[in-house]
Amino acid sequence: MANLKASEKKSKAQSMGLHTEVLTGKTQQKFFNPDEAENFYYFGTYDVDFNKRTEIDVKNMDCREANKKIDELMKDGYGTIVIKNPQGKHSLGVGILNKLNLIFEGSLGYFGCGSMDGPIVRINGRVGWSCAENMMAGKVVIEKNAGSCFGAAIRGGDLICKGSVGARTGIDQKGGTIIIGGDAGAFTGFMMQRGRIIILGDVGINLGDSMYDGTIFVGGKIGSFGSDAVEAELTDSDQDWLKRKLKVAEIGENFDVSKMTKVVAGKKLWNYDALEPTEKKGAI
Amino acid sequence: MCGIAGLIHRGNTSNVGFELQGMLQALKHRGEDSTGYALYGKTDGQNFIMRFKVGENVAEGSSSVKEDVSVYDERKKIVDSYLSELGAKVIKEDRILPYSLRYEIQYEKDLMEFSQKIESVEGVEILSMGKSLEVIKDLGNAEVVCNRYNLDKVVGTHAIGHARMATESGVDIKSAHPFWGYPFSDVSVVHNGQLTNYWNNRRVLENKGMRFMSECDSELIAVYLAEKMRNGATLEEGMKESLVGLDGVFTYFVATKDSLGMAKDTMAAKPLVLYESDDLVAMGSEEIAIRSILPQEIETYDPFDGEVKVWQI
Repeated sequence: MANLKASEKKSKAQSMGLHTEVLTGKTQQKFFNPDEAENFYYFGTYDVDFNKRTEIDVKNMDCREANKKIDELMKDGYGTIVIKNPQGKHSLGVGILNKLNLIFEGSLGYFGCGSMDGPIVRINGRVGWSCAENMMAGKVVIEKNAGSCFGAAIRGGDLICKGSVGARTGIDQKGGTIIIGGDAGAFTGFMMQRGRIIILGDVGINLGDSMYDGTIFVGGKIGSFGSDAVEAELTDSDQDWLKRKLKVAEIGENFDVSKMTKVVAGKKLWNYDALEPTEKKGAI
Repeated sequence: MCGIAGLIHRGNTSNVGFELQGMLQALKHRGEDSTGYALYGKTDGQNFIMRFKVGENVAEGSSSVKEDVSVYDERKKIVDSYLSELGAKVIKEDRILPYSLRYEIQYEKDLMEFSQKIESVEGVEILSMGKSLEVIKDLGNAEVVCNRYNLDKVVGTHAIGHARMATESGVDIKSAHPFWGYPFSDVSVVHNGQLTNYWNNRRVLENKGMRFMSECDSELIAVYLAEKMRNGATLEEGMKESLVGLDGVFTYFVATKDSLGMAKDTMAAKPLVLYESDDLVAMGSEEIAIRSILPQEIETYDPFDGEVKVWQI
């Protein structure tokens, strides 16, 4: 490949018209206009009042019935919902795109609180695999332990487990913060792309394997580093952020963050630049 | 994807048949091609219980070839004559289904020789041999199999079971779990996962005289552990060696007359949730399995990668 600077590549691609393309049909871009906000409808969102509180017992409901009930209660304006007897059921509290205080009095199974955007959730128990997968925003606090793939592919928000978590925590993470009060298993931060993971305890083998970007902070022992994961300098700014984050998360407030290990991507596996394949072809 | 469950009561007995049925039924969405139970009941410790089959269940969905019941009768007759030749005394005989039998036997000699002789009869397979263990497996979900064999009243100390979604081999009893740890009495194994060096290991073990009854990769674990124990390793040592010797993704349980163990591969790719207390250990592929016997709020956790644990009764 020709040794061109990024700016040169970009201008060459632009000269080919690749950056002035007008999208049409289904790919047409639509931008949010504040002047038209009242016409903007976000499916599945309601005006709720946090002081309006209710409880539901899901002991004899399946996950669809329970999730539908939560939706109906939000539609009726309830802003604080307590779920009794979740008993390890799967897929509870998924797809909530609303501000909401959601409290589970018990444990959840797989995929609990997945694909949500906005709620504040407290789980007074344990969660199974893939808790909060694809979370966009909000906060989830788990009082006990969590299974594997904790916070898989989250884009934003805070995901906090006060106990220990299984393998592949933060796999494919694209944003947000994951905080673990106990230990974490193998392949934590596997292929993470952005965001931060904080582990106060020990972590298993292959930490940060093939991570593209993002930062992992570990308070205890590290089993081993994964491919392209390297230790970086823990700066004063990092320590300030960690103290603030742990305080807000109500976990490890007195933890000595100065002894934490910071892990980032070595970026030696990177073999691409900012150009799309078609642009790259044109720029060569 | 399959589901596995197990429990051990420490210091007492319970209705393990009923408990395991509840746990496996909670996992039926993980597979209901077949379900199997390895129950460790109360026996007088004198006689062997041999569970064996003389044919396959050829119900709808089975991958077995249909045979006439008279063929089963013929095979049973040959087994009976071989037992006599081996010097085994049949104390009690139950023919639970045309193809499934339970014998209580007095036998003092080598179990390997015994098993080879009995299984030399075409279509005959010993599902389990033990003074405490009984393996019951058949097509259908946990409830169906439990009802078919009246397992809900079985009292014992511990049990492991498997709800199977057939992927690597046929829908039949011979490929169903649990697998007996031939030729050791009272050893059984259930597995969730895939083993990728099955044939390499199988060839080596067959050359050492070990027997395989199916082409199900999970059977390898039972045979692998049995071979290690045959060479003097303890159960726990054999399980630890299996983390290196077996390649693939797996979580498996193994049970003996007085213990129950679990092992998880070094990738931790297969799920397991564990509950431990002073008098009970319960574990399963999903928490809902444990919840079926412990509905109250409990402390559970996922064992980490490469972990091996063994509990005694």
